[in-house]
Amino acid sequence: MSGSSSRMGRSLLLLAPLFLFLMGFFVWPLFSMMSQAVSDPAVLRLLPRTAEIMGDWDRESPPSMPMQTALMEDLKAVDDDQALGDMVRRLNSARSGFRTLMSKTTSALGDAASPPPDLVSIDKRWEKPEFWIAIADALSPLTDRNLLAAVDLGRNSAGAIEHLPADQSVNRVILVRTFWIAALVTFFCACIGFPYAIIAASLTGWKRDLMLAAVLLPLWTSLLVRTAAWFILLQEQGLINDFLRAIGLIDAPLALIFNRTGVIIAMTHVLLPFMVLPIYSVLITIPKNLMPAAASLGAPPIRAFLRVLLPLSLRGVASGGLLVFISAIGYYITPALIGGPGDQMISSIIAFYATGSANWGMAGALGMVLLVATLLLYSVYARLSSDEPGRR
Amino acid sequence: MAEFIKFDRITKFYGPLCVVENLDLSIAKGEFVSLLGPSGSGKTTLLMMLAGFEQATSGKILLDGAAINDVPTHKRDMGVVFQSYALFPHMTVGENIAFPLQMRGIDKAETAARVKQALDMVQLSTLADRRPSQLSGGQQQRVALARALVFEPRVVLMDEPLGALDKQLREQMQLDIRELHRRLGLTIVFVTHDQSEALTMSDRVAVFNKGKIEQIGTPRQVYDEPATRFVAEFIGETNLVEGVVEAIEGREATVRLPNGAQIVSAVSDGVAAGQGVYLSIRPERIDLAEARGAARNVLETEVTDSVYQGDHLRVQLQNEAYPLIAKLGRRSREFAPGTKVFAAFSAGDCRVIAP
Repeated sequence: MSGSSSRMGRSLLLLAPLFLFLMGFFVWPLFSMMSQAVSDPAVLRLLPRTAEIMGDWDRESPPSMPMQTALMEDLKAVDDDQALGDMVRRLNSARSGFRTLMSKTTSALGDAASPPPDLVSIDKRWEKPEFWIAIADALSPLTDRNLLAAVDLGRNSAGAIEHLPADQSVNRVILVRTFWIAALVTFFCACIGFPYAIIAASLTGWKRDLMLAAVLLPLWTSLLVRTAAWFILLQEQGLINDFLRAIGLIDAPLALIFNRTGVIIAMTHVLLPFMVLPIYSVLITIPKNLMPAAASLGAPPIRAFLRVLLPLSLRGVASGGLLVFISAIGYYITPALIGGPGDQMISSIIAFYATGSANWGMAGALGMVLLVATLLLYSVYARLSSDEPGRR
Repeated sequence: MAEFIKFDRITKFYGPLCVVENLDLSIAKGEFVSLLGPSGSGKTTLLMMLAGFEQATSGKILLDGAAINDVPTHKRDMGVVFQSYALFPHMTVGENIAFPLQMRGIDKAETAARVKQALDMVQLSTLADRRPSQLSGGQQQRVALARALVFEPRVVLMDEPLGALDKQLREQMQLDIRELHRRLGLTIVFVTHDQSEALTMSDRVAVFNKGKIEQIGTPRQVYDEPATRFVAEFIGETNLVEGVVEAIEGREATVRLPNGAQIVSAVSDGVAAGQGVYLSIRPERIDLAEARGAARNVLETEVTDSVYQGDHLRVQLQNEAYPLIAKLGRRSREFAPGTKVFAAFSAGDCRVIAP
């Protein structure tokens, strides 16, 4: 018994580096990014006394005296202008007019000569429950604001979920565009990758090695280098346009770069190995004599393909398609370099929030939307492949 | 004999390698012909050419008088049974058998009826909804057989179909296929490297070696009257003794062995007096006795070893010139090593083979 438990202990020890690595560099960052998306303790930190008293408030009656006093004391105690600015911005986005109200209030509170007795005496608006509701909502350490905003939803003053106005609704368009581009890339990868894998699997010796190397070689090249190469190929004076003009097929250069066409061409090329390899690995397990058998039973080549080879290789196409699609929805560099402004995908928006505007909450929320979409797709795939016929 | 299938001077090269050389072969309707030979002798290639999987480099293949060289496989109407079964793993047993009928556009009701009939024929009626992976090897082979027969093909081709089965099952399947052949009047071309399988099942056996047919004949002919040294050695076990023909009288030849002994043996055409030849003597045709008997051929030998093998006694003999092996029936007495014995056999039990 002690022998087996010490062996268990040793194997756990061997697993420890991997476990620690995963915890430190995958699970923890993922978790903290996720929690950024739903947590917002900034207001709570600034207004601890108000938070204590407002827990009993019914959200309808006019603000009581202790609430006003607590808020005044909290506001007086604030010494971090940056945090105050963040709080005002957040309150203002929930209830417009908060910015002027707050600046008026803070300057009145800062007037040491004649301290106001209560908030209502500074501004009549402090009588309205709406402003207090905004504070109450902002006090909660958890928020669904980012998650809702990620899909262009928000809460109105009554707390009900509704669509954001059109001028703020950009995420959903970009999400739909992301999925559409990913779907197109998956489709083209399947169209090119399936026949390619069939040919590679039917060859032997150096020809097969050559075909697989041709797929793998781009995979071993840096993504940036490959994208830059497409940049050179696709531009107006690039190799492709020059060639097409030289053979007289076109008169004016085709617009291949800084648009959707270029993005899809480059992404299809970059992601092709992820389609070819799973299909290939399924194809080589299919016995070689099935197609001759189908022919001998009277099936013309196309019917033999549709009835025998296609159903047997669908599992490879599905896993290849899933790999390509999931990789494609996270693409960032290629659309950024090859695409135009109308081809930016959701990753660019995440990068903008994360590095451009330091809005980690929105970046996390959009990341979460991507993650959920990926998990959903994967569960569909897992369900389909477990029902796959012809497997033991 | 009516020529249903005819190979007319077929040659097949793989690159510089000649696998079938200038081969002629005719098969009659309803006949069961085995192509027997070691691996690499060209028998499977010939079958693949008949099925349409391979193209002959030169020569013609005729089916019922019409050249089929350029007819694609799916229009040849031949049922093929593969060594590895080649069942479609994503279809049930029933769907596998229905496949050739669907390809021929046969309506659903008749397809169902014929699938059921085919399953009954191979005694698998209860397994129609299983997948091939859920069946044993023997059951899979029977499904493959049913699938190849259900569309009533003009010819059934079998490429070592029993090679993957264990001995008992293989022997049962041999008898089953033989029975089907007789009952349905099928024309079957059967490739095998197992000589006992070929002898058990065939009307005629074609013995292949190095891309050529060494001999074609009934099982009895190829066993009892081997035309070449290769056939004599490949089919069954035999004693080969060198000698020189002294005289030929009708169907019999007198051969002098190196130690001076004279043997009278059956002979076929093409052997002349004075020629150096081999004598083939089947071990089970040799009798051993301690006294010289009245048989036409008697050789003085000495027992070097004897091994009891259940159904027969295998005795190794040696004289001053050549070794011999004799297989004696189980009622035979034992022979101790060193015993002087006389090996006796009739003229019809040995055969002159031109080298």
